[in-house]
Amino acid sequence: MNRQYIIRRLLIAIPSLLGISVILFGILAMAPGDPFEELATNPAIPPEVRMALRAKFGLDDPVWQRYLHWFSAMVQGDWGFSFQSRMDVDRLILQRLPVTLIVIGASQILAISVAIPVGVLAAIKPYSIFDQIASTFAMIGFSLPTFFTGLVLILVFSIQLDWLPFVYRADINAKGWAFYGEHIKQSIMPVVVLGLAQAGTLVRFMRSSVLDVIRLDYVTTARSKGIGERKVIVRHVVRNALIPVVTLIALQLPAVFGGAIVTEQIFRVPGIGSLLIAAIQANDTPVVMGVTFIISCLVVLFNLIADILYGWLDPRISFR
Amino acid sequence: MLSILVLGVLVGPYLWPVAINDIDFAAKLQGPSLAHPLGTDDLGQDLLARMMYGGKISLAVGFAAMLVALTVGVLIGSVAGMSSGWVDAALMWLTDLFLALPTLPLLLLVMYLFRDSVKKVLGVEGGAFVLIVIVIGGLRWMPVARLVRAQFLSLREKEFVEAARALGASKVRQVVQHILPNALGPVIVVGTIDVAAAIIFESTLSFLGLGFPSDVPTWGSMLRDAKDYLDIAAHWALFPGAAIFLTVLAINFVGDGLRDAFDPRRML
Repeated sequence: MNRQYIIRRLLIAIPSLLGISVILFGILAMAPGDPFEELATNPAIPPEVRMALRAKFGLDDPVWQRYLHWFSAMVQGDWGFSFQSRMDVDRLILQRLPVTLIVIGASQILAISVAIPVGVLAAIKPYSIFDQIASTFAMIGFSLPTFFTGLVLILVFSIQLDWLPFVYRADINAKGWAFYGEHIKQSIMPVVVLGLAQAGTLVRFMRSSVLDVIRLDYVTTARSKGIGERKVIVRHVVRNALIPVVTLIALQLPAVFGGAIVTEQIFRVPGIGSLLIAAIQANDTPVVMGVTFIISCLVVLFNLIADILYGWLDPRISFR
Repeated sequence: MLSILVLGVLVGPYLWPVAINDIDFAAKLQGPSLAHPLGTDDLGQDLLARMMYGGKISLAVGFAAMLVALTVGVLIGSVAGMSSGWVDAALMWLTDLFLALPTLPLLLLVMYLFRDSVKKVLGVEGGAFVLIVIVIGGLRWMPVARLVRAQFLSLREKEFVEAARALGASKVRQVVQHILPNALGPVIVVGTIDVAAAIIFESTLSFLGLGFPSDVPTWGSMLRDAKDYLDIAAHWALFPGAAIFLTVLAINFVGDGLRDAFDPRRML
């Protein structure tokens, strides 16, 4: 794999980050409302003072100047101050980010480990009974909204069976193994909800991808050389069928983050998703902007990783 | 299945003329019974009536958002597909950029920033409806645009388009009369699936408390109100949840069937 390809991908990622920041800033700039609005109704403050404050904070500057100002502050890590939590936005987000990444990562692993075998098995015998059942379940998983699955799981496992806690707690009174045990126990439901939603889509991708590959000539060649069916599937078919699936997983990421926001809200997981909702309810604009921006950056970053992985898995790409 | 749902939502209110906001504390949080076939909520309001009202909103949002997405997508896709060079490249870059945007956080952001001012202009319910439809549609047009562009690139080289060109048809006439009708099949499939996606987004917004105002019963906001009463009134959450699920599932099955019907590569 050549270095030029990676560098080119990196160079493509920068304009998209810039574009995202322009869109975010545009939305913010178009939004009505003025930070000094309440001063206008205060009779003790003369209008000249309000105008002077506006001029001091650059609110009367042309849009592009305000954008440059805002952008350079974002790049330097000065993301503003959360009025609600009384701390800097970047520190607040950094505190919450690991939980979200762990939940998303675990659910992706769950989704991939369920979806790949099921998708492959369904594609080996298309339109068989197993395929029909798998496709139906994939369709169901893909149509179930995450907030409903979450509520049903709470209803069954927390309220009816009383097996799992339904509120995620950060302050667990235990040490050693018990501590980790409790953490795993309370993460099961959020991870399963998020993972199953993803698995439905992935099974469909995997199945059609295997169906595309299994008809190619090199698979017939491998079979006619007398290689066992299992080996043909695992070594020859699945390896190539996985290549497009990598990109599709990356393309699904915006949806995964959306699902994570809802899931965190249901189970009260202290990640960036529930931070976003809490900030919206509290009118805490710097936090809302910061979280939206960091999620967009993460999506671009993972897309970049997927592109690079794609080039590594499929050497034909690099020469284009 | 889908037609039953649509019929139920449109005709149902005439057959079940119970007001959506009839408060009856004597009958609150009851399970399904003859007087209230789907039970009641914490204010004793009839769930069947509220479900039918919410269904009307969800389906309307779904279809309207799909129309917005299709209009924008077809427009951008056909402009990109007909023009080559930098216009095409710029439009496709824009499309890819929008594809990388995380939809839900952006939806939440726009709803959060614009909710109050749109409410002032268009009224509470109408404002929420217009805003939700425009935002969902505005964030879902990218797959349509890509698809239309790809179709245009292959169709515009076909003989029948060339014949039209040789006869002196203008560019607009070539597109509207000859290319677009032939490109529409796959677009309809994507449009169907977009309806389902829009319904899910709308209920998610309502569930998170940023969709329609809380006194308007939508399936999502009913679930949000119900989630605090799961232990004593599970039916309240189960019915609207199941309604969302069944609607989306039905629409997806229709989309799948259409895709199979349009797909020339379909094997045995």
